[in-house]
Amino acid sequence: MRRDSDLGGLADPGRFSEPLEIAGNDAGTLLEYLRSMQLIRCAEELIGEMVTEGVAKTPCHLGIGQEAVAVGVASGLNATDRVFGNHRSHSQFLALGGDVYSLIAEVLGKADGASNGMGGSMHLYGASVGFQGSVPLVGATIPIAVGAALAAKMGGGQEVAVAFFGDGACEEGVFHESLNLASVYELPILFVVENNLFSSHLDIQLRQPSDSVARFAEAHRIQSRIVDGNDVVRVSAAAGELISRARAGGGPGFLEAVTYRLRGHVGPNEDIDVGVHRKMQDVNAWKQRCPIKRLHAAMAGAGLITPDEFDEQSRGVMSEVRSAVDRARAAPYPDKSTLLDLVYSTRARA
Amino acid sequence: MTELTLVEAVTRALAWEMNADPAVIVLGEDVGLNGGVFRATAGLQERFGTQRVIDTPLAETLIAGMSVGMAAEHLKPVAEIQFMGFIYPTIDHILSHAGRLRTRTRGRLTCPMVLRAAFGGGIHAPEHHSESTEALFAHIPGIRVVIPSSPARAYGLLLAAIRDPDPVVFLEPKRLYRMLKQPVADDGEALPLDVCFVLREGTDLTLVSWGAMIVETLAAADRLAAEGISAEVIDVATIAPLDIDSILESVARTGRCVIVHEAARNNGVGAEIAAELADKGLLSLLAPVARVTGYDTIMPLYQLENDYLPDTARIVAAARQTLEVT
Ligand SMILES: Cc1ncc(C[n+]2csc(CCOP(=O)(O)OP(=O)(O)O)c2C)c(N)n1
Ligand SMILES: [Mg+2]
Repeated sequence: MRRDSDLGGLADPGRFSEPLEIAGNDAGTLLEYLRSMQLIRCAEELIGEMVTEGVAKTPCHLGIGQEAVAVGVASGLNATDRVFGNHRSHSQFLALGGDVYSLIAEVLGKADGASNGMGGSMHLYGASVGFQGSVPLVGATIPIAVGAALAAKMGGGQEVAVAFFGDGACEEGVFHESLNLASVYELPILFVVENNLFSSHLDIQLRQPSDSVARFAEAHRIQSRIVDGNDVVRVSAAAGELISRARAGGGPGFLEAVTYRLRGHVGPNEDIDVGVHRKMQDVNAWKQRCPIKRLHAAMAGAGLITPDEFDEQSRGVMSEVRSAVDRARAAPYPDKSTLLDLVYSTRARA
Repeated sequence: MTELTLVEAVTRALAWEMNADPAVIVLGEDVGLNGGVFRATAGLQERFGTQRVIDTPLAETLIAGMSVGMAAEHLKPVAEIQFMGFIYPTIDHILSHAGRLRTRTRGRLTCPMVLRAAFGGGIHAPEHHSESTEALFAHIPGIRVVIPSSPARAYGLLLAAIRDPDPVVFLEPKRLYRMLKQPVADDGEALPLDVCFVLREGTDLTLVSWGAMIVETLAAADRLAAEGISAEVIDVATIAPLDIDSILESVARTGRCVIVHEAARNNGVGAEIAAELADKGLLSLLAPVARVTGYDTIMPLYQLENDYLPDTARIVAAARQTLEVT
């Protein structure tokens, strides 16, 4: 059933494991990318541990291995932009500058969380950094982002909307409806597909006639770019270009970032899908394409970070996340009295 | 007889009927290669092949719509929606076509499809992953809504649902998927649709429930029994069309009724039962009909989930209150 891959090398686990090409990029920016990806990785690893431990009880979809997509795209965004996620959105929340404590508190269902402990891992809000929400209904936020883009356009400002979603979401009808309208009305929106080649347990080759989803953008006459989603520099460049175009009134953009999740569809186990279709040997090969490792290798090679500096940065990130975890574990749950709050603008009947 | 969990009973019923009837086709997201998110279709693709166990793309509207088309062509699709919260795109076709095909075509076309979904609380996720919105479907003419509450009833009712010539929405309480095992014959015997099951006879009051709440309700009946109160427990099983006669008959004897459901209270199926009791059983009622339900808000995250879900204590309290009315 395996067809030829339209993504070619980009989907080949054996390719793209060398250090990134970073020539021409500013050291401070690269360091920021590295730190941001490390923060996401560390937060998700600790969340994974808490899932295993039974402390994080709500389902958690980890994007370990996919950090470069969120970080690269976020580098072109402002807090006034309108960003929407899906079930796998810890990375987007943090990349935009969302507070790691409020993420972890939310994952643990605590009142201090990003959604006041009412949403958990799959329902994050970070309005102050432009994160307008993640919702685990696959495809659901795509038309909502289109609406936000229309509002931005009507407002006459420079804001853009961004919808992050997966390759699986491209199979929902509303994805196509959304692209069509966004194109016709030349809306300021960036569609970002984290194409990790799987929807839950099923390989894209078993679900679509091509493994590349940028073809849908072409069908709707939307500018698209296909990039190595594990290369934060390329993601940032491509997203930046499409975002600038959209801000300038040039209409929607579509970014297909090819990546791979190193853990199972849900939860921290890395081998959950193996035996279904993902082979452990592919998972291991993709580990060599780790976006953090490749950026770090390039920066080290170029003398932009010493081993000591890297260790110090890693320790800093770890202690930041650990203290967020400790605080979040000790934080209170929402009070029962809040159960019926905010159902309507008026209080609901008890 | 083998001891089976509820989810294993579902798998057995699917396998039995696929084997017996080549028209039965299983379809949905991850149902084939992976055997389903809850493993309900485990092993079926290996046994029956990819033509009869179809992994669909991620597209619920399509799953429902194509099931209607297949059913009208005399296939018997059994489609899976992973969680009830993902079922809403299917309403488009369930409401507009599946439920109407027979009436609309004056009986020329029929729609013998089953839409299965895992529903209710139990995995500590909020909203879509835990909600019970059976009332939405119960409101649709032409749609049967069936909810098992034990492995044996899952087996027998699913067989009946697949064999039924009309569309059935079959909701599986995910909290019960692996909670308990029960001997199930796996002999292809269906249970009847459109009737309630009296799980326990009693004389002082009638407890009416379905799905995962049956477990809490039976536990409440035990506690009441320890206080010398005899509660009859009815599992509605087919939520629509409703077998109100069985409930009326019970309430005619007990004079008191407490309805328990996990779904929000407002316009829940409990409201329909209470209205029917007021309509047809008013004179046998000795106390107002009580409802113990979820709240009129989204299903909250796990800590508040415990407050949201009716539990034995709330049911016992409602029962006592009902009994205090003289
Ligand atoms: C409407 C809907 N259908 C099904 C699901 C169950 N589900 C959750 S994630 C997922 C796969 C999504 O795949 P993709 O869009 O590629 O994102 P990824 O998980 O790979 O990040 C599925 C089927 C859902 N959450 N919502
Ligand atoms: Mg995917």
